[in-house]
Amino acid sequence: MSTVYEQLGGEAAIDAAVDIFYRKVLGDHYVNRFFEGVDMEKQAAKQKAFLTMVTGGPNNYTGKDMREGHRHLVKMGLNDAHFDHILCHLRSTLAELGVAQELIDTVISVAESTRDDVLDR
Amino acid sequence: MPTITFEGKDFSCTEGETILDCMTRQGVMLPSSCQSGACQTCMIRALKGNPPEESQQGLKDTLKAQGYFLACICRPTEDMTIGLSSVSPRFSARVLEKRLLNETVVRIRLQRPQDFSYRAGQFINLVRPEDELTRSYSLASLPDEDFLELHIKRVPDGQMSGWVFDRLAEGDDISFFGPAGDCFYIPGKADQPLLLVGTGTGLAPLYGIFRDVLKHEHRAEVHLFHASLAEAGLYLQDELRAFAAQHKHFHYVPCVLHGEVPEGGLQGNITELPLKVLGSLSGYRVFLCGDPPIVNALRQKCFLGGASMQDIHSDPFVFTPQSS
Repeated sequence: MSTVYEQLGGEAAIDAAVDIFYRKVLGDHYVNRFFEGVDMEKQAAKQKAFLTMVTGGPNNYTGKDMREGHRHLVKMGLNDAHFDHILCHLRSTLAELGVAQELIDTVISVAESTRDDVLDR
Repeated sequence: MPTITFEGKDFSCTEGETILDCMTRQGVMLPSSCQSGACQTCMIRALKGNPPEESQQGLKDTLKAQGYFLACICRPTEDMTIGLSSVSPRFSARVLEKRLLNETVVRIRLQRPQDFSYRAGQFINLVRPEDELTRSYSLASLPDEDFLELHIKRVPDGQMSGWVFDRLAEGDDISFFGPAGDCFYIPGKADQPLLLVGTGTGLAPLYGIFRDVLKHEHRAEVHLFHASLAEAGLYLQDELRAFAAQHKHFHYVPCVLHGEVPEGGLQGNITELPLKVLGSLSGYRVFLCGDPPIVNALRQKCFLGGASMQDIHSDPFVFTPQSS
């Protein structure tokens, strides 16, 4: 069975998804303080790596990177509620791109599996 | 088997091996993370030889044009020399003209060395002869002009700008390195509207870029916003108005934060004005130059206003006051 990554159309489609996803995240006042002062281009590249991973595209995911990359945010108060917001933006991004509900659920479950790493638990 | 040259040493790449794997196998640990061409941590530059097209996936056109690629997905097909930056030869040039553009900005024109080429909007590093003090200045000239034009703002206690204002004279020789920078126009997509926003001497690279754009017969609308705290900080207003009169699709909007509003201009916060005037920036190509906090705020505003990240080019200036 092909991955969501392939069904979406691969690398170029992920670029489009990052555009939509990052716009939602930056526009969300509940979470956007965690993105203040970051280099937008580097951040977008990280989100591309994340979306590539959760859609089953080529990746080299390590929980360790995820943990270290978010530790300073956990110190700023990053918690489950913020993580839920991000999942919500991911879900609506995929819906906007016309991904079938069943596949969205698969992607969300992969993203969900990173929760403890992201929140450093 | 292609040979990869890095920092003067040769590394042979086996069939189908990526440059990242090849280097790692031979003990050179390049920074990397996702190893799948997404996170761009391993981005590096081909100084000689051409990277395969697929190794430049997702990179901005301006980076592609300068030979940047992703080492983790680059399976080289020819010999390449790679590195993070190229070593520029030092050029020497005579000061042809020194003229005040307003009270705090001086225009310096240097004789362009014959073997020096660049893209409009890039910058050079000027070197003060007596002590090698080096500062970056954007080029406001076009590559085919026979002079290099710099707009230098007098920074309070600025070592280089103070020296340029008080000491440098027409007829002097000065040296520089370069060019560098990835805020420039790539011809093509002639129906894509353009937005250029600069604060203070952030006008310099934009002055090169928009003229480059007009020369390439870009068909879509081109909007230039030049901002300063007050009108005294603006410059080249007459020249810019003349361009706007001559080219119906080029629009010049001088902006001030307070005080008298120049003719055809606006008053307000420059991080908000372009979106107020243009509405959605969806589909726009954007160039932002000047004060870093303003450039960074504009990057986010333009992105949230609809411009794609790939289409936002910026050059935040750094002003270095004298250290005590």
